[in-house]
Amino acid sequence: MSPSLEVGLYVFVLATFLGLEIIRRVSPLLHTPLMSLTNAISAITIVGSILVAGEQKSTLSTVLGTLAVTCSMINIVGGYLITYRMLRMFRKSGKDRR
Amino acid sequence: MIDRAIPLLYIGAAASFILALKWLSTVTTARRGVVVGAAGMALAVAGTLMKPEIESYRWIAVAFVVGTAIGIPMALMPMTAVPQRTALSHAFGALAAALVGTAEFYLHAPAIDRFTMGALVLEVLLGFLTFTASLMAFGKLQEILPTRPITWRGQNILNFAILGVAVASGAYLVARPDAIRLFPVLGGLALVFGVMLIIPIGGADMPTVISLLNSYAGLAAAAMGFVLDNKLLIIAGALDGSSGLILSVIMCRAMNRSFTNVLFGAFGQVQATTGAGEEQRAVRSATPEEAAGVLQAASRVIVVPGYGMAVAQAQHKVRELYDALTKAGIDVRFAIHPVAGRMPGHMNVLLAEANIPYDRLVEMEEVNSDFPQADVALVIGANDVTNPAARHDTNSPIYGMPILDVDKARTVMVIKRSMSPGFAGIDNELYYLDRTLMVFGDAKAVVGNLVKEFAGGT
Repeated sequence: MSPSLEVGLYVFVLATFLGLEIIRRVSPLLHTPLMSLTNAISAITIVGSILVAGEQKSTLSTVLGTLAVTCSMINIVGGYLITYRMLRMFRKSGKDRR
Repeated sequence: MIDRAIPLLYIGAAASFILALKWLSTVTTARRGVVVGAAGMALAVAGTLMKPEIESYRWIAVAFVVGTAIGIPMALMPMTAVPQRTALSHAFGALAAALVGTAEFYLHAPAIDRFTMGALVLEVLLGFLTFTASLMAFGKLQEILPTRPITWRGQNILNFAILGVAVASGAYLVARPDAIRLFPVLGGLALVFGVMLIIPIGGADMPTVISLLNSYAGLAAAAMGFVLDNKLLIIAGALDGSSGLILSVIMCRAMNRSFTNVLFGAFGQVQATTGAGEEQRAVRSATPEEAAGVLQAASRVIVVPGYGMAVAQAQHKVRELYDALTKAGIDVRFAIHPVAGRMPGHMNVLLAEANIPYDRLVEMEEVNSDFPQADVALVIGANDVTNPAARHDTNSPIYGMPILDVDKARTVMVIKRSMSPGFAGIDNELYYLDRTLMVFGDAKAVVGNLVKEFAGGT
């Protein structure tokens, strides 16, 4: 096993456990915003997409990369915006929505 | 020089994502979480754009503009459409992973080492199957496709065969990276499997399926991280994967089902046959006027909203009723079943949108002990989650499913369009209890009348 793979696997395992711990604590009240937020976060695929689109190594890879950047960008913009919009709707008794 | 800072930006991004999810745990800090998450994404994008490998920014810029132009309207969809919107964005996320994997394969094959190939195969397999599966889920939620499960003999065997051949071609590619022609087979089968996976799944199981697809999309991103040796991708993908996993476990538990049962059990089918042949039983029906009278005499009311309320667009009328009752000094709370709505937590968002305070929304475990003290349980558009058969009738398809103990309230009031059975096709014995009053009609109109009659009577 190469050292970078080993580190990668450590990171994956630790991040999964951390994720399970943090997400278990999210109030069920907010499960919909949780899903839209994690969806926006998983648009981190934009990192790989930008590289493939920008390296311009072949026409195929540039086309696929550009499509991938578009898809990721849709999720980044759409995901963060709608999560924020949803959370703005939650208000406590006695307070009006701002 | 500048590119030495890139790893630092990535570490900053990873930390922001973790903080974002941590702050999402309570309503008061959640908005801060979103802002931090967005800032983390900005760091990651900025860091990537600084990479020296990038030759040209032209197509990246075009994709940014197009993606933003599509992303904004997708953020402005109505709250009732959030489940299908989420399915669609799972499709986009998974497609991005699959396309990058495909590009990487054709750029480097056959000079790809075994491990990278393994990760790449996983990325492409999960990416493509999640892409089509999410599109199918979108179609079912949007009701472009039939929401009833569609099954046929040998379906599971066929599906396993498709997945099996796909996995086998992937494994062969890992062993023999020069078998380039197998790659389209892998991708194609993954696309087909995604479609086949969702065909037998009914609308009632969509909350579980969406959560599962959320998990897959995250794992595809993590696999991409292994291919590109990028820890940020691995972390973000793992967070998303674990979140989807937790949500699907919660959804499964809320329906007393197992994963295998959701994916291969074809729910609604079994139920279509049960309950048939039973004789007509008597129900007590009431007019909105009579119902309003019962509410006036109450001091504690628990409202049980279901997706039917949202279909009838009755949320805002329900808010008016909440206001009227509260003003009259009646304690009103809302009992939220975990699978109320069409995705995890959906009902909370729908009620919050109608401006109902979130501290009035109570989860099932918490509220169930309060039903015996409630004067009225008002069921609006909910069905299976209130069916007492789940507690005692071992023959019922929903036996064992945790339900809201609505039948323990002094009076149960059910607003319903007709006596037809619900989403899962099961007759609800709650409707035949002596303490149950049925108020027939469109939820929006009935609740509107209730508000009027209630105000008129005080």
